[in-house]
Amino acid sequence: MAEAARHQGGILLEGLVKRFGPVAAIDGVSLAVQPGEFLALLGPSGSGKTSILMTIAGFEFPDAGRVVIGGEEVTWTPPNRRNLGMVFQRYTLFPHMTVLENIAFPLKMRGVARAAREEQARAALRTVRLESYGDRRPAQLSGGQQQRVAIARAIVYRPRVLLMDEPLSALDKNLREEMQIEIKQLQREIGITVVFVTHDQTEALTMADRVAVLDHGRLQQLGAPRALYEAPETPFVARFIGETNFFQGRAGGAASDGALFPVQLDNGAQIHALAVGAIAAGARLTLALRPERLRLAPAGAPGLAAEVREAIYVGNATTLLLRGADGATLRARIPAGAGFSEPAPGEHVTLQWEAGDARAFAAAA
Amino acid sequence: MRRPSSFLLAGRRYSPAASLLLAAPFLLLIVVVFLLPLATLLHESLFLPSPGLQHYERALAEPVYLRVMLRTLRIAAQVTALALVLAWPLAWVMSRSKGLGLALLAAAVLLPLWTSVLVRTYAWMVLLQRNGVVNQWLQKLGLTDEPLKLLYTEPAVVLAMAHVLLPFMVLPIYSALKGIPEDYTRAAQMLGASAWASFREVIWPLALPGVTSGCLMVFLLALGFFVTPALIGGPQQMMIATLVSQQVREMLDWSFAGALVGILLAFVLLLTVIFRRAVRLDRFVGQG
Repeated sequence: MAEAARHQGGILLEGLVKRFGPVAAIDGVSLAVQPGEFLALLGPSGSGKTSILMTIAGFEFPDAGRVVIGGEEVTWTPPNRRNLGMVFQRYTLFPHMTVLENIAFPLKMRGVARAAREEQARAALRTVRLESYGDRRPAQLSGGQQQRVAIARAIVYRPRVLLMDEPLSALDKNLREEMQIEIKQLQREIGITVVFVTHDQTEALTMADRVAVLDHGRLQQLGAPRALYEAPETPFVARFIGETNFFQGRAGGAASDGALFPVQLDNGAQIHALAVGAIAAGARLTLALRPERLRLAPAGAPGLAAEVREAIYVGNATTLLLRGADGATLRARIPAGAGFSEPAPGEHVTLQWEAGDARAFAAAA
Repeated sequence: MRRPSSFLLAGRRYSPAASLLLAAPFLLLIVVVFLLPLATLLHESLFLPSPGLQHYERALAEPVYLRVMLRTLRIAAQVTALALVLAWPLAWVMSRSKGLGLALLAAAVLLPLWTSVLVRTYAWMVLLQRNGVVNQWLQKLGLTDEPLKLLYTEPAVVLAMAHVLLPFMVLPIYSALKGIPEDYTRAAQMLGASAWASFREVIWPLALPGVTSGCLMVFLLALGFFVTPALIGGPQQMMIATLVSQQVREMLDWSFAGALVGILLAFVLLLTVIFRRAVRLDRFVGQG
């Protein structure tokens, strides 16, 4: 039974397009969410992540493309017939009902008898650890408690998919982190498919099995958190997830995807880098290099010469702000307690790295 | 936290004495031009020519007067119902519009409020009279052969009064609906509610305070309405306000007029208290 229920939870988006006037909020997005998977839609505001969620929910209808949930096409099905759960950004508990009545509401809509309603609502309230709050009004709960009740209300009827639209954005930082773990655990326990919209990369990386990074309505990259951080496929993903140093340069030769090849940086340095996608000889390149992959060597050693401008101690590491020979600002991160010397501001150093840590993207024409 | 006897204005708290001082001009006006004359009238109804309830007994015993009172109640109730039916969809559209659309709708609701009641009432007379616009249209459309008697009928009074009082129904409902976030409707739909169910279970209960205050206001105003029923209803459709005026100006019977006012006032007060109770019980605790 549980296994059968799981298989209903897959989502398939095919070639979704949604225009608002001349602007494409969703510009040809296709992706598949596996049953029981936790997928985060991550992007800055205006990236289309919320439009995609609203299309899955049925509040918006695409100009082109299909939405398939559990093998059944629902592109034009109204929201109340999709049997999905949703937790909204703002608190949407009905203020004139008690907590328990709120949770029982979807069961009432499904014609469940009163006694069964109450029993199931109490069970759902237990799952979010708010048993003793059933008779309160939503206004008497804190923001975090309200969102937990909203989750209980969204799962009490065992929907095949739970959609979450930045549900934690109104909460303060500590509570947010606590809730992230709680939601993740709950999702594993009940094995529900979750699509979670957020603009917070840490939240996406912490919670999701896979993250879909979006920009300007286009899917930039879809992958596990580690893959996104370690192997970004576009400069946007490299910039949006974590910190990155960027260099401009020109390919010293042709390279196929994943190959090491020589690069002439605009600041004069000759380096080797890892090609992301096929790259033609002489092509303009954008290179991305993570701050923690940089090593410091004494001035004069082979590598990129730089001057330390600032050393910022952040507890588990020291962040160095450096100025390259061409005046560009660079960041390097030296882990604490590893016995590395910490240079003082004004000192001249050389930056070194493994060739494979510099990722080269062909610059957009 | 909140002291009941002080209020907040522009971020400042005023002491009870300052509050009283600020409200003094208005209170003075109310006492001199409203409460004092009312007290005088009620006093006359109870003590002139001799102390007793004889005027009240007469008002409630004689079928003529009783009929006027019942008609007043009936018309006020019909006006309230009609205004509610007309106001709800309008308030709903207003609460979901923005910018120019909202400005136009608001103007349509408020403009009549800035026109004199007398003017609006005469407009209805022009529309409804024997050779009026409505009768001409009915004849042109072939729905009737000869002009119908529209003016000086109860439905005409109800229609015209509902129109005149419509803003008092629209505005409180609009502000109640405006306070319901669109996300509530979305949440309800997501949870499996049809449009009707989300109206019945979420929108209506949350709008109820606005609906009750709109109904109360329209009903009470309709009870004491003078100009419109007098002109459109004529003598056959007399309501209590016209009766009071007749007693004062034609019969010069101030004591009996006072008794009629006393009955109307007692009824209005009773109704207000009942409605208040009902709404308060229905109120949810705070709003997040």
